[in-house]
Amino acid sequence: MHHIIALAVAIVLAVPTLAAGAPVALLNASYDPTRELYKDINAGFAADWKARTGTDVVINQSHGGSGKQARSVIDGLEADVVTLALAYDIDEIARRGKLLPLNWQTRLPYNAAPYYSTIVFLVRKGNPKGIRDWDDLVKPGVKVITPNPKTSGGARWNFLAAWGYAQKKYGSPAAAQAYVTKLFRNVPVLDSGARGATVSFAERGLGDVLISWENEALLASRELGADRFEIVVPSVSIRAEPPVAVIDKVADRHGTRAVAEAYLRYLYTPAAQEIIARDGYRPRDRAVAARYANRFPDVQLFEIDRNFGGWQKAQARFFADGGIFDMIYTGE
Amino acid sequence: MASVALPMVASAPDSRQALGMRLGILQRQRSIIPGFGVTMGITVFALSVIVLIPLSAVFITSAGLGWDGFAATAFSRRALAAYRLSFGAAAAAAAINAVFGLITAWVLVRYDFTGKRLVSALVDLPFALPTAVAGIALTALYAPNGWIGRWLAPLGIDIGFTPRGVVVALIFVGLPFVVRTVEPVLADLGADVEEAAATLGASRLQTFVHVILPAISPALLTGCALAFARAVGEYGSVIFIAGNMPFRSEIAPLLIVVQLEQYNTGGATAIAATMLVISFVLLFGINLLQGWQRRLRTT
Repeated sequence: MHHIIALAVAIVLAVPTLAAGAPVALLNASYDPTRELYKDINAGFAADWKARTGTDVVINQSHGGSGKQARSVIDGLEADVVTLALAYDIDEIARRGKLLPLNWQTRLPYNAAPYYSTIVFLVRKGNPKGIRDWDDLVKPGVKVITPNPKTSGGARWNFLAAWGYAQKKYGSPAAAQAYVTKLFRNVPVLDSGARGATVSFAERGLGDVLISWENEALLASRELGADRFEIVVPSVSIRAEPPVAVIDKVADRHGTRAVAEAYLRYLYTPAAQEIIARDGYRPRDRAVAARYANRFPDVQLFEIDRNFGGWQKAQARFFADGGIFDMIYTGE
Repeated sequence: MASVALPMVASAPDSRQALGMRLGILQRQRSIIPGFGVTMGITVFALSVIVLIPLSAVFITSAGLGWDGFAATAFSRRALAAYRLSFGAAAAAAAINAVFGLITAWVLVRYDFTGKRLVSALVDLPFALPTAVAGIALTALYAPNGWIGRWLAPLGIDIGFTPRGVVVALIFVGLPFVVRTVEPVLADLGADVEEAAATLGASRLQTFVHVILPAISPALLTGCALAFARAVGEYGSVIFIAGNMPFRSEIAPLLIVVQLEQYNTGGATAIAATMLVISFVLLFGINLLQGWQRRLRTT
């Protein structure tokens, strides 16, 4: 009798464990401002995956500057997926680390960027310096906070948005260069990352305007007090696409490719798009976008591929050693 | 008889002395304390694994650039400005720490007061604190809206986000080195030396300049050298308070990070190798100075 009960108990205990298997772990190497986003996404995906397959999945997060994260992956950080600030960094993982194919951006919809954002201004309450558009940033006496494009992915989007505006308005690269030179004359501090710049502006009281990711500006005004800051959306900006990719070699070694791919595809589902919009990133899903339309005002956006010839070209022209950004400071 | 014996006695020790000296030289070559071979072997091995191999990797990687590539990165105007700031601010911080570290060590050795252990523990805090925490705390204090910064800003003194801020951060991380190296020497010196100087009619200033300072100066110099060396490579605490403006408040370690962000390991190691050479020359110079000081004291 006892034996039968013991056997029954054993079977009851064993069956779910057999069906569920060991929990799967994924490592997502991401950039700085996405901490809050992926905390919410990971909880959503774990529930979804469990409901569909009966398997538990644990997603570990690593955050840091986008370039630093890419370098860590190249140097051996065992990330199954990367979700970085710009395609250039994942390109480098493909080119230098050869950990995924060069055409990785074609494997998922929308250039493998399940959400996008843009570059906006955060100003102090009441907008005391009357900042409405990019031209107001180069006025004498206006102090602008933006991180260093040499070390920050977000800062590169900021720079390109400013450049795109000036090139469109004044018509020539020389005029655009004069504009960004004037702009950076108004920058008193170059933080190394986007979060650092937000802290300088919001907590240290530096500057009159912060050029920032829209999601970071929304977060700052939500977390630090909507009564202290206002968001100003300029007349034109850039479509900042933070892309995602499975790191094939790592995922295959871990045997996690299926779940890693499912994780990234989950980002495109209406449920995830809802989380994305709630956390301040612009969703791709039209229905979700329509629901959050008053949060994300329509703005004309430059595209990195169409207007700047892609990241490889933009990086070499603007941000490499001796490039246009360096010329602002060296005057050469 | 005595007159005969004397030269005999005198000559015997002479030859024995000569022999002994020759033996002594032999013995000194072998060293009186046994185990030289083993300990030297371990030293060379440990130094190679811990110091030399990683450092030679820096030089080998940077050598891959070729001379022109190396010079273009390591000796650009911007890099030169960054070296000037990193080494200049480190030297300024070490000099300030020499003064305040000496006074702190003096107080801790010579006086008894309530809370002495607390003060002593506080001195070590900059060792224990993650440097980023120190940087963030100092920035919060010295930013134009910070607790200290807001009182200085109206006077036109900016500390946060200027080279001065860099010096402040480096003083913070360097202080324990001076205090902890001077302290034991000062304790060894004993108050009796000062009392002796006083009974011989020396004024307090004379006692300090001619008795105390010569005795502790090698330790003080060591402390300053340690504080300086630490400050040159400091990144975490400086990066938040520096402002990081090219040519003005950009430290050399930041340029290394900038190169790495561009996936340019060669460029990063070129700057690192240059910093290493400068640091080594300076530290070696300080070592020579100490040796000279010690010889000066013993003769």
